[in-house]
Amino acid sequence: MEQQNVLEVRNLSVSLPKNADRPNAVENISFTVAPGEIVCVVGESGSGKSVTASAVMGLLPAALKPSTGETLLQGEDTLQANANRLRDLRGTRMAMIFQEPMTALNPVTRVGEQISEVLEIHTDLSAADRRKRAIEIMEAVHLPDPEKMVDSFPHQLSGGQRQRIMIAMALVLDPALLIADEPTTALDVTTQAQILKLIKEMQERRGTGVLFITHDFGVVAEIADRIVVMQNGRVVEYGDRDDVLRRPKEPYTQMLMASVPSMTPPDRMPRTGKNAIEVSNLNKIYGRTGWLSKDRIVHAASNVDLHVRRGETLGIVGESGSGKSTVARCIARLIDPTSGTISLHGTDIGTLPQAKLRPHRRKVQIVFQDPYRSLNPRRTIGQSLVEAPVNFGVPIDQALKTARDLMELVGLSGDALERYPHQFSGGQRQRICIARALAVEPDVLIADEAVSALDVSVQAQVLELLDDIRERYDLAMLFITHDLRVAAQICDRLIVMKKGVVVEQGPTKEVYSNPQHDYTRLLLDAAPGRDVTFGSDTAA
Amino acid sequence: MSTAAISPGRQTLRRMLANPSVIIGGVLVLAVVLLGLLAPVLGTRDPADISPKDRNQPPGYETTVRDHSGKKVPVVYRLGSDTLGRDVYSRIIYGARISLVVGVSVATISIVIGMAIGVLAGYVRWLDGIIMRVMDGLMAIPAILLAIAVVSLFSAGLTSVIIAIVVPEVPRVVRLVRSIVLSIREEPYVEAAITAGTRTPVLLVRHILPNTIAPLIVQGTFIVASAIIVEAILSFLGIGIPPEIPTWGNIMAEGRAVFQLFPHNIFYPGLVLALTVLAVNMLGDGLRDTLDPRFAKRL
Repeated sequence: MEQQNVLEVRNLSVSLPKNADRPNAVENISFTVAPGEIVCVVGESGSGKSVTASAVMGLLPAALKPSTGETLLQGEDTLQANANRLRDLRGTRMAMIFQEPMTALNPVTRVGEQISEVLEIHTDLSAADRRKRAIEIMEAVHLPDPEKMVDSFPHQLSGGQRQRIMIAMALVLDPALLIADEPTTALDVTTQAQILKLIKEMQERRGTGVLFITHDFGVVAEIADRIVVMQNGRVVEYGDRDDVLRRPKEPYTQMLMASVPSMTPPDRMPRTGKNAIEVSNLNKIYGRTGWLSKDRIVHAASNVDLHVRRGETLGIVGESGSGKSTVARCIARLIDPTSGTISLHGTDIGTLPQAKLRPHRRKVQIVFQDPYRSLNPRRTIGQSLVEAPVNFGVPIDQALKTARDLMELVGLSGDALERYPHQFSGGQRQRICIARALAVEPDVLIADEAVSALDVSVQAQVLELLDDIRERYDLAMLFITHDLRVAAQICDRLIVMKKGVVVEQGPTKEVYSNPQHDYTRLLLDAAPGRDVTFGSDTAA
Repeated sequence: MSTAAISPGRQTLRRMLANPSVIIGGVLVLAVVLLGLLAPVLGTRDPADISPKDRNQPPGYETTVRDHSGKKVPVVYRLGSDTLGRDVYSRIIYGARISLVVGVSVATISIVIGMAIGVLAGYVRWLDGIIMRVMDGLMAIPAILLAIAVVSLFSAGLTSVIIAIVVPEVPRVVRLVRSIVLSIREEPYVEAAITAGTRTPVLLVRHILPNTIAPLIVQGTFIVASAIIVEAILSFLGIGIPPEIPTWGNIMAEGRAVFQLFPHNIFYPGLVLALTVLAVNMLGDGLRDTLDPRFAKRL
């Protein structure tokens, strides 16, 4: 006989307020989660995956109303449950972990107390027993020295440890269903690998059904049993992991799978052009010694050497705090390096004072991570695009004409120049930022996590665009990323950084196939779904 | 999405006109402004005219007085008369002028000065510590006390009252502007403008300062409200505008001694003062909700 499903979502629709761009946040979706099974809901932003999770937990914002369908948690419809009943169910039979472990924990309460608060609400255990249970569950999620850590505050723990605390809180009452909403998105790749392993271990050991929301197909490949693919509030495809990832039936899923960058770098011709930029012995030290402050200094970058040839893409990869962005920002002179030389067509711009630096600025342009904050919301696209050329003495008519051409180059219409940033999607804005960077004909283009905030299908297009303009303008590109899949596809050479130090460098293909440094190996091993080739049924 | 360019400014304006606080507050403020502007044609008499025989009369008191040419004319004391027989109604209407002049000029001057200092503090890092310690020092002194000290330095009068109220307001504006400059200078679009070779003054005016406009409009309305009150307090205490000039504070100060017998001398100017401040604050609240959606009550 078949086991009862932990969660059964039947024909669920959630309507949006009247002025939204579509009538329903999710429309007529159905899927099930069996005990001991991980079901991944994947989709790009706006697909309705988080709304689905919130609907099950009874956490929908007031503006969103479930209109039809039911969400059966072990046979009980949570959409019909009143506030009291939901409170009883949360924690005991369904629990949730969130994306941001820092804000999901109360910063002024000890983590042990936060775990035992769950017990206090739902059980009759004494304070001493609650503490004992908290320590046990912390041990179960492999936190080091739980006896001591139980009295720590959230800020004393690392991001990964905080997420473990969240998982401990969620699992302490052995709920039948665990909902994980992008639980590893804010974490570094090595931490992510550990947390994914932990979720899998907990689910296997306790037989919990897991509803796992993510946009990352690597993560899906790593842990899913079954997959629900969503687009614009509808379920596009629903099936077993290998079927969906390797033999997708629907065109949308096929397109998504084709967009996921592969971990295998393609063959690339070594570039032999002249060096566009050379950096040697670059140091950036934060902190200072003063009569009021203690001697606390951080080596954000120490003795970094690199060079990028014309027409070449050099990738800098590393986790947060590795100093990869510091290096990029020093080269763009958004921050002043503490020492070292940055040689741009023969001039050392590393130590030039601001006034003398100005003529060199146009040679190095940068594209930032967040497309929503990279354009001044008060200025039209045209005004943003001509700002730099006009600064360097180009007449405005000519600058506007160039801007129009550039917009077409990046795949947007020239009419868009009169519009404002809020009228464009994230991917379109990133194209505009690229056009803006190209407007002054730079020699070096820095892409600082330029595709990290984009959905996978848009990301593929923007990567293609970047590669295309590098070729067309013979640009030297410095590509900063934490995403090893992206790096594999776009970089000719790679630099791996850890804590401000370059630990390994070499041609991308060599670094991936034969990593020399332990840390590089660790990073590559931690990349989720590294063995899966998406959308290919020939993979093992 | 329409193809026409919708500027963020026009959207805000549309939101503003749909906000009840903005409408109600705005209409009331407009009414007070019109009251002040149209004072001579609203059936008022010279607010300084005394008439010893008509002292301390209740609202609606009718009598005849000699006008400047010596002819007897009938008059109505709509809101009664004060201890010198002056028309309280006319004095309140003319008093609106002083209150508005003080409110608006205090707000304008303190925003202009505060903005300049705030930008310096926010953008020139080494100046920050020095400027902010001075501002902290100013904020540590109670505003009324500081105002009394400033007034006593100069002779009493409109200018010195305005200066006295501006001084304690400036640090608040400086703090606001500084905090906005500090957060906006980290925005990627500002950094993009730096790499685009935009010079610092242009950078400030084009990319950073526009972000201070909305919060400063909101802060400005609150400054207007508090300046009107502080002016009334100073006048009431007898250290503000000279008593021969009608201001709401002065009218109340004169009515204070006979308050229990003739409450209209305090009641009506107090009512108008309260309504005006309420209207300005409502307008400010509404503007904050529409201009700065982060603080909006509902979403």
